[in-house]
Amino acid sequence: MSSVLVIGAGPAGLAAAVAASDAGARVTLLDSGDGLGGQYWRHLPAQRPSRNEARLHHGWAAFERLRSRIGGDDAIEVVTEAQVWAIETAESVTAQVLVGPADAAGREARALTADAIVLAPGAHDRTLPFPGWHLPGVFSAGAAQALAKGERIAVGRRAVVAGAGPFLLPVAQSLTAAGATVLGVFEAARPPALAKGWLSKPWKLFGTAHKGRELAGYLAHHLVHRVPYRLGRAVVEARGDGRVEEVVIARVDAEWAPVPGTERTLAADAVCVSHGFTPRLELPIAAGCAIGPDRFVRVDPDQRTSVDGVYAAGEITGIGGVDAALVEGRIAGHRAAGGAKSAMDSARRRRAATTDLARRIEAAHGIRPGWTSWLRDDTVVCRCEEVPYARLRSVAEATEQHAMRSVKLTTRAGLGICQARMCGRTVEALIGADTSRGADTSDRRPLAAPIRLGDLAELPTTPKRGSA
Amino acid sequence: MQADVAIVGAGIVGAACARALARAGMSVVIVDRGAPAAATSASGEGNLLVSDKAPGPELDLALLASAHWPRLAAELADELGDSFPAVEYERKGGVVVATTEAGAGPLRDFARGQAEVGVETEDLSVAEALELEPHLNPEITAAVHYPQDAQVQPVIAAEALLASARRSGARILPHREVVGALRDAAGRITGIRTAAEEIHAGAVVVAAGPWSGAVAESLGAELPVHPRRGMVLVTARMHQKVFHKVYDGDYFGATQSADAALQTSSVVESTPGGTVLIGSSRQQIGFDDRLDVAVLAAVARKALRLFPFLETTPVIRAYGGFRPYIPDHLPVIGEDHRHPGLWYATGHEGAGIGLAGVTGELIGALLTGAEPAIDPGPFSPSRPSLAAHLTPTPEGAA
Repeated sequence: MSSVLVIGAGPAGLAAAVAASDAGARVTLLDSGDGLGGQYWRHLPAQRPSRNEARLHHGWAAFERLRSRIGGDDAIEVVTEAQVWAIETAESVTAQVLVGPADAAGREARALTADAIVLAPGAHDRTLPFPGWHLPGVFSAGAAQALAKGERIAVGRRAVVAGAGPFLLPVAQSLTAAGATVLGVFEAARPPALAKGWLSKPWKLFGTAHKGRELAGYLAHHLVHRVPYRLGRAVVEARGDGRVEEVVIARVDAEWAPVPGTERTLAADAVCVSHGFTPRLELPIAAGCAIGPDRFVRVDPDQRTSVDGVYAAGEITGIGGVDAALVEGRIAGHRAAGGAKSAMDSARRRRAATTDLARRIEAAHGIRPGWTSWLRDDTVVCRCEEVPYARLRSVAEATEQHAMRSVKLTTRAGLGICQARMCGRTVEALIGADTSRGADTSDRRPLAAPIRLGDLAELPTTPKRGSA
Repeated sequence: MQADVAIVGAGIVGAACARALARAGMSVVIVDRGAPAAATSASGEGNLLVSDKAPGPELDLALLASAHWPRLAAELADELGDSFPAVEYERKGGVVVATTEAGAGPLRDFARGQAEVGVETEDLSVAEALELEPHLNPEITAAVHYPQDAQVQPVIAAEALLASARRSGARILPHREVVGALRDAAGRITGIRTAAEEIHAGAVVVAAGPWSGAVAESLGAELPVHPRRGMVLVTARMHQKVFHKVYDGDYFGATQSADAALQTSSVVESTPGGTVLIGSSRQQIGFDDRLDVAVLAAVARKALRLFPFLETTPVIRAYGGFRPYIPDHLPVIGEDHRHPGLWYATGHEGAGIGLAGVTGELIGALLTGAEPAIDPGPFSPSRPSLAAHLTPTPEGAA
């Protein structure tokens, strides 16, 4: 019996675990959270169950099917609160894992390896900086969504949702459900970009009908709750004394540069912003997987990466949403377990349709370079280390540097506790960094998560390679 | 392209050579196969140590550097102005401790020997050590204070030296890999070839750190420089609890050893950014940069012996690099006696940041015919202790 290690229990990882078990493998499924479902199906903990989950989540029935299937499967070991903090490749690809509550002392250390590994760590949402974005009351849309879904907490009473992409719509819905008044959803993309992304070759969308229904559902929700959905608008500033009190919205051009004179101020106590997603690439990079110029893990039609025995599924292979994640997970799990290639023919066709969806999202909502013109000299670019835009720019100019490694160490941008998860791609864009090699980018983090020095010191100290 | 001097390597040593030469009026071109200040210079801690060096030429060079750095840091600040980040030069001092009874005697003896050649040392009782470092493990058996030990932020220092060199006319060409040498009819090296161009130069200086051996080879020469891997841990920010460079005496063993196996000693210090750096390992595994958590574990274990309070501190980053290691443990600074026109400034192992400035000055003096500040003999590629590691010269060659 072959063994498969699945990292990440969001839609892709859950589908991979089930498919691998179906194909006869012994499966270990890890997730850093305290339950299954990942960010997408984040929900109240089992101790506080809610009957509303099905209403609050798309595809909840699919999740429940996967969850109960996994719960009743002796061939699948589920390990939650399992943080993969490093991946070693010296002998075999080995995941170094700490199991236990994230901030607790004495988490159990495990070194896991398997005949095949499926990486499905997902993505986190990306927020572009703007003046005042460091004020309390400004949230990444993902954080606001997590609080709404996982704790039923609305981040404010009068909230603005802004940025770009279809993700803004479910965030507005979750906020409304949690009791906030959503003043508006402000989407930077303008109608021509949306038309290019969503209306070209519409017949291809049939392959992803589920996604279409999901989007239609959100739009219906917006009509019901009378939440304005404005295109070609961006939050260009948040203001307030110690916390957000008002938000400045401006019209933006096709390149996302604000149009002077179109600013409008709204009184609000929360701003939830997302400009897309950043795939979590530290584990695939640590495993040695090739990253494409589009900054996603390169996979073949079987979801195989460039590293033998390592598969990738879900958002790290392209931001395609839940349908893509489910079908990619299924292919990856099946093939990782040694399942027959031919059994996945129809799954591969469905996957091709979801790839089309990812392209549409990028064409319609992808970040355009004009956003930098809403920055001011004192706009903080790296929040952890409080690095303002002017300093980043002047140091990069004085050192004539375009390389992240040097700029990071001369400005401290990206050196803080989040290790450039928040600002890395922003800094790279601002300094004109060459991001064609994944291992040279801000996505590389040999330590994928913080680890207490005491926990580190408990591990074996015999090196894998030592002698010349 | 034409220059008086072509330098291979835009790390801190190449930068310091370029600055010294350009300020002496020479035209200088630096090529680097990658981005400047991005390899070994960006992978260390920024140590300017006298404490870890036994009496001998390297300590002489370190003492010279110790006097030179404050001047250099002030000159760079003056020249580059407020808009350029400060190099964070800080003469914070080192505290070296022994953690075993057996280690106490050798540590004190080592310090006495250093004091005889002019190193400032202060033998500390455990109580005195705890005054300097209140969070130090009180179980230590001996401690010596070295006020001359200092620190600099290595990447800012390298960038500042490069910026200063540029102001004196040096040209920096990143992303150019050297593919061969230009030679005249007599065999003298007269420049380098990259994939893109020929650079004619009166002298070529190889300052490519651990890759200097490969560069020398591409130029038809030979230099026994080997990579030695080192890993450093960085903690989350905290209120300052470590005030000096604190390390255990095992470090001497690690730096002076030719053993290829993993060696670690803990070097613990705070940075102006509020993080604590914990180094470091030394391991001869070629240019293999794959992560090995056992190495991190060994570094962590030793650090906890010095500062038990670190047990609950999160490590947020680990980085590693390759240091240029020479079998006789001395940097190579000077002209290759077998290849006229070819010069080296490399092989400083873990001391390259601290010794970069004086290495640049020495290269500058030797190439311009000025009086060097230190006898260059012990660092020459023709020194006797290196001869055994070079391929014997064919009969009749220079």
